[in-house]
Amino acid sequence: MTTYKQLGFYVHQANCTGCKACQIACKDKHDLPVGVTWRRVAEYAGGSSAVNPDGTFRTKVYSYYTSIACNHCEDPICVEVCPSQAMHKGENGIVTVDPTICIGCRYCEMACPYSAPQFDADRGVMTKCDFCADLLAEDQSPACVEACPSRVLDFGEIDDLRAKYGTEAGIEPLPDPTVTRPNLVITPHKDARASGRGDGAIANPREI
Amino acid sequence: MSDLMTESLEAIRSSEVSRRRFLQWSAIAGGAVGAVSLAGCDSSSRGLQAADAEAAAGSAETMVWSSCNVNCGSRCPLRLAVVDGTVVRVDPDNTGDDNLGTQQIRACVRGRSIRQRMYSAERLKTPMRRVGPRGSGKWEEISWDAAYTAIADKLTELIGKYGNESIYINYGTGVLGATLATSWPPGSSAVARLMNCIGGSLNQYNDYSAANVEAAVDFHYGSWASSNSNDDTVNSRLVLMFGNNPHETRMSGGGEVFVTQKAKELSGHRVIVFDPRYSDTAMNLADEWVPLRPGTDAALVAGFAHVMITEGLHDKKFLDTYCSGFDEAHMPEGFGSDLSYQSYILGRGADGIEKTPEWAASITGVPAADIRRLAREIATTKPVAINAGWGPQRHSNGENQARAPMLLAAMIGSVGISGGGTGCREASAGLPMASFPVLENPVRPVLPVYRWTEAILRGKGMTYKDGIRDADDTNSNANVTNDVVLSTDIKFVWLYGSNALVNQHGDINETIKILSDESKCEMIVNIENQMTVSARYSDILLPDATTAEQIDLAVQGSAGNLGYAIFTDKAVEPLYDSKPVYEQLTGIAEKLGVKDKFTEGRTQEEWIRWIVDESRKKIPGLPPFEEFRKQGIYRETLDSVIPLKSFRDDPVANPLGTPSGKIEIFSSNLHAMSKDWPMEGQGNVITALPEYVASREMPGDPLQKKYPLQCIGHHFKQRTHSSYGNSPWLKEAHPQTVWVNTIDAGARGIHDGDDVRVFNGRGELLLPAYVTRKIAPGVLSVPQGAWYSPDSPGGLDRGGSVNTLTSLHPTSYSKANGQHSNLVEIEKA
Repeated sequence: MTTYKQLGFYVHQANCTGCKACQIACKDKHDLPVGVTWRRVAEYAGGSSAVNPDGTFRTKVYSYYTSIACNHCEDPICVEVCPSQAMHKGENGIVTVDPTICIGCRYCEMACPYSAPQFDADRGVMTKCDFCADLLAEDQSPACVEACPSRVLDFGEIDDLRAKYGTEAGIEPLPDPTVTRPNLVITPHKDARASGRGDGAIANPREI
Repeated sequence: MSDLMTESLEAIRSSEVSRRRFLQWSAIAGGAVGAVSLAGCDSSSRGLQAADAEAAAGSAETMVWSSCNVNCGSRCPLRLAVVDGTVVRVDPDNTGDDNLGTQQIRACVRGRSIRQRMYSAERLKTPMRRVGPRGSGKWEEISWDAAYTAIADKLTELIGKYGNESIYINYGTGVLGATLATSWPPGSSAVARLMNCIGGSLNQYNDYSAANVEAAVDFHYGSWASSNSNDDTVNSRLVLMFGNNPHETRMSGGGEVFVTQKAKELSGHRVIVFDPRYSDTAMNLADEWVPLRPGTDAALVAGFAHVMITEGLHDKKFLDTYCSGFDEAHMPEGFGSDLSYQSYILGRGADGIEKTPEWAASITGVPAADIRRLAREIATTKPVAINAGWGPQRHSNGENQARAPMLLAAMIGSVGISGGGTGCREASAGLPMASFPVLENPVRPVLPVYRWTEAILRGKGMTYKDGIRDADDTNSNANVTNDVVLSTDIKFVWLYGSNALVNQHGDINETIKILSDESKCEMIVNIENQMTVSARYSDILLPDATTAEQIDLAVQGSAGNLGYAIFTDKAVEPLYDSKPVYEQLTGIAEKLGVKDKFTEGRTQEEWIRWIVDESRKKIPGLPPFEEFRKQGIYRETLDSVIPLKSFRDDPVANPLGTPSGKIEIFSSNLHAMSKDWPMEGQGNVITALPEYVASREMPGDPLQKKYPLQCIGHHFKQRTHSSYGNSPWLKEAHPQTVWVNTIDAGARGIHDGDDVRVFNGRGELLLPAYVTRKIAPGVLSVPQGAWYSPDSPGGLDRGGSVNTLTSLHPTSYSKANGQHSNLVEIEKA
């Protein structure tokens, strides 16, 4: 079994079609109900649409998707705010929640700028991406990475990912990476906007 | 098994909780207020907890190859993890790589949800017979034997009274791609084999996806033609896509999503997408998106043609050598020069209107300056791949919509060359797998696919002028006239994997009215695994085993130059009291006294062994049955497909099937039909040229005073047509909404997420609005395939099924569906 100092995810944003095969593969692997979604896909869109005096269109739009799970941050704010110490950073740098300790107060959910911790109302506890630790133990890839029809996702030692793909992680609609120092690398879409400097908006707020 | 299901359904009910989540994302960094309520997350469906518990207890997990057999055009293998007779997880293909021709075939979001289809709350469990009026939802459970008897008796009675022409197997693509358990084409299905054992049945030609281009292409190219396979675009400098949207339709990670992305990565070619919507294909692949009004592609092409002709940019040598009817000097004998396409463009035709870029701009909404710029780029770049999806031709003027990109391909000489294209939809390479033999159908009339409701009402006496074709040759050119007459109305409808009885047919409310007269169509038998909308309106329901519950083979989907086949093994026993279609039909065949003829003494597995053996005669590399079964998937890298290459290489030795043997830009057969075929009104007209026709519910229709907006119904990631439309995971991931431009929404006080009514004279929908700049102003889109869910029959549809708004009116000579031509109004609910 390969061990890691710190695992991270990579997203090649330009090729993401927003299909959410990653989201569903995750739900299928972990048997997650509707309302508990460990990997989500945000759409960020902007631009303008107008009609000229002669009735023709004057359109300038952009839109792109970002597939995001838990970024197993260097400064995991979920761990910081957890009053029960259920949330912790463990093996391979993976942030996990211990459901036997979690009291379901949902502070972590409120604090996390990526909506990574997800409340399971049936069980009354928080749940989250565990990086498919059982698959990693067998040297297999996480379900989402294997699922992506466009080969958009990758994972690995974060230092290796950064050496291979660069260090970008601050793309709208994600927060400035200095907030939690996510272990995430993004190759931006051609129309991507930098975090905090976007002129668009999340186009699918009810889906994330 | 039943305990497990009970628990699963219980979990669905108990988890219907209101949730409040907090969305922060960039709001933190931006300093804005971070908490946004996400109320309204709907009912939830947990997976199979009991099965997982068993897995944890140490039951052995086995992996079984299967596939997702729905009508997207792709075909994805699935590896099913099975524990104690239950599928507990879906894993993707783990063979192949990331190269064109050997690619791994990663299933899309739908196939990954297949457990929610298999174990859905709507799964049909036992045979049932309707007891209330048709559509009332009142059923009684009956035995398989009683069902077989009732069906056999009714078939015998109706065939005796009205003949075999009164029995119709409706279009259905809910089980598509296998060899034996496959619903499409209906005339090649196991149901057809049963019917052919007792004298045949009324067949159909063309399909809901592409009926207008299927009729039109015969007149243009002589017979069916595709465009170059997408892997060949590595040789293109420019790729034009007219309403082609593989990134939301053929979404397989081994299919056209992968192929188009890889080809662009390898070649760096420029892509232009013409589409009323900023589709995900436009988002990912396009260097330029050209929004235009739905149904106006032929006007845009005419504008391009005007620029090319007046500036001398078109490929005159190609047109002179390979085409008939482009200019005055190349008309077929006996036809005046005013009938040429060039005359039409330059205002020398019957309408006297010059098709300037300004003219095209006024119709399409594309600015004239853009039309000029694009025409010059298209004409001066070589080679140009030019392909069209099938959305543009599902319009009231669909035949000419289909032919316009073909005409453009000729004007730039792209036909039959590497890196080029024909203006049709992309081809893909394929292995010559053998099929299940269905015997001969002696019934001669063949019905246009969209006209079965008309044939229920007044089928008797329908002729070629109603689109009836001759089974001996269904090519359009062979049916300009014929002597075939339908002798009876349709009295019996078979449905197998078909939601086209109601949900996927046009004008749901009118269709329900037609079906409600039980003296017209006397029996509707439905072989299906879900309580679909069409199941609700059937008379006898026969619960079908899903693909994972039986042995079969899957023939590949559209995947560029990759050839493959999948061994889809039986992963689990048929759930509840369902049976595979072959077993069901064997039971009915026995009642009809034709069991031996139907089965030839073979079980389903024996047939699959036979098909593998037959296939190996043409595909020497295909492994024998047992080896193939273990291997799961078989691949071959094939050549790129370049349609019409032999014609391009030698047009004299390899003439086309048109009367002239050339590409008929002016079709003499269509000209003859324009004089002979009566039209149904609503702007229907047959033109010999691919002209823009402002037919039913096109821009400028006076009906726009009442219903000002055009409404299309794009294919949606949530489902394949209506298949998977009941998956809670998929409904959460991709909720049904109506797309509305910010300008149109603003004018009506509609905000994103508001519930809105979308309506016209045919029906009304209630669904949330998706307010966006990603659709042309004046245009709505209600993604097609959502399950019709009315307050009461004919009332407000809360399911958001676009066919509540569509028309049964047929197109001019295809007699086909123009389901994207709908004028509507939208208002806040």
